[in-house]
Amino acid sequence: MAVKVRIPTPLQRLTQGKEEVEGVPGTVIDLIQDLDKRFPGIGERISEGGKIRRFVNIYVNEEDIRFLKAEGTSVKDGDEVSIVPAIAGGRN
Amino acid sequence: MGYVNGLKCRECGREYPVDPIYVCEFCFGPLEVVYDYKKIKKVLTRKSIEKREENLWRYKELLPIDGEPQVGLQSGFTPLIRADNLAKELGVRELFVKDDTVVHPTLSFKDRVVAVALTKAKEFGFDTVACASTGNLAHSVAAHGAKAGFRRFVFIPATLEASKIVASLVYEPYVVAVDGNYDEVNRLCSEVANKYRWAFVNINIRPFYAEGSKTQGFEIIEQLGWRAPDNVVVPCASGSLLTKIWKSFKEFKEIGIIKELQTKAFAAQATGCSPIATAIKQGTDMIRPVKPDTIAKSLAIGNPADGYYALHVVNESGGYGEHVSDAEVIEGIKLLARTEGIFAETAGGVTLACAKKLIETGRIHKDETTVICITGNGLKTQEALAGQTLSPHYIKPNLAAFEEVLNIIGH
Repeated sequence: MAVKVRIPTPLQRLTQGKEEVEGVPGTVIDLIQDLDKRFPGIGERISEGGKIRRFVNIYVNEEDIRFLKAEGTSVKDGDEVSIVPAIAGGRN
Repeated sequence: MGYVNGLKCRECGREYPVDPIYVCEFCFGPLEVVYDYKKIKKVLTRKSIEKREENLWRYKELLPIDGEPQVGLQSGFTPLIRADNLAKELGVRELFVKDDTVVHPTLSFKDRVVAVALTKAKEFGFDTVACASTGNLAHSVAAHGAKAGFRRFVFIPATLEASKIVASLVYEPYVVAVDGNYDEVNRLCSEVANKYRWAFVNINIRPFYAEGSKTQGFEIIEQLGWRAPDNVVVPCASGSLLTKIWKSFKEFKEIGIIKELQTKAFAAQATGCSPIATAIKQGTDMIRPVKPDTIAKSLAIGNPADGYYALHVVNESGGYGEHVSDAEVIEGIKLLARTEGIFAETAGGVTLACAKKLIETGRIHKDETTVICITGNGLKTQEALAGQTLSPHYIKPNLAAFEEVLNIIGH
């Protein structure tokens, strides 16, 4: 059992079309760096200089990591991580 | 021909042609319209503007269209009210209210952005327009879209108040009431936008739509006699309006319409949803999303798309952020109505109450010129005032009964 990582459509080109891939336990940023080794290019799309890009939202078990410990949020085997591009939408 | 060079990612700077796209393929940052200011400078002057009709299209060279305006030909150019009664009450020298409670046709600043979005939708050749909304935007898309002859889809959360649904339904768009909250409606709309070739004003047309907000800023400068105010107080939901008002001020400086720009921009939010104001107060540029809980529903975006940029405008300009409780919002609505005869929606109460607080705490100086942006009409959100206003004097139909009332009120 590993960490389940859900890949958004615009990034599936980098994961050979896979919607879900396996990730390693550790912090969120460790997980992304590991993904980048297996799927080159995915790291720079999601993060820059060790920080998640401003318009990418990451959820660990459905909770936005900005409510947790941001890039330092730890993930363990069995957790689900979702990568979701922010949608620029107005409410009013 | 227009004056637009193309689109550019605000985050990584990658450039794109003018298309109905809104997000950078590389880093997911928002795309923004880039203009040819050198060319605009040659044609857009105080004189050329003053000769034009009094609507938002008098600044058309700074709006992202290629041909002539097609929608909202009566929208914009709302009054800038010199608010002396309110100024006296708050103890400041010069105060103005930019009164967007009376934008044609649906009484909120959304008529500005939708006028631009639907003109652009025509240019792109769309026959269907759509939006996700809980109120003002839905009304404007339904109304402007009716006049312009579009097929219209309005997506709303099913739990919305009946009065707000009627104000969309009357224009006979397809109203799709979704069993979910606003965020879920929005998520659904982004999927619909991917599948159907429609113009979603706040999704795939967003870079063009958002530019319409600049017209509020252009008008403020023109109506102040071609000068920028010392302070401008703007309500923040996504943060787009504040960002665009600031952009409008900078553009007028860029093309030489004003020489000086020392305006401080202030962000106004409700305490129950204040991610931008809180970040400003804490001195961080990390916007922490919140779960909204406020009567100012039109401002209740917990994860504001342009929050980061709004925060930077505030910091760059030397302004500040403030937030107020729901009770202060109600007081703000009543204060504006009592002093200036303007009935604003809850977002207006937020802006006014924040301005009051900023004056009281010395963030806004009493001897400066301040403009307060009021963005929507109170008649749409009357339920917010239930039990919060004075009561009528109920009497029998005779003079004695009436004179008893006069006695009570001490006439």
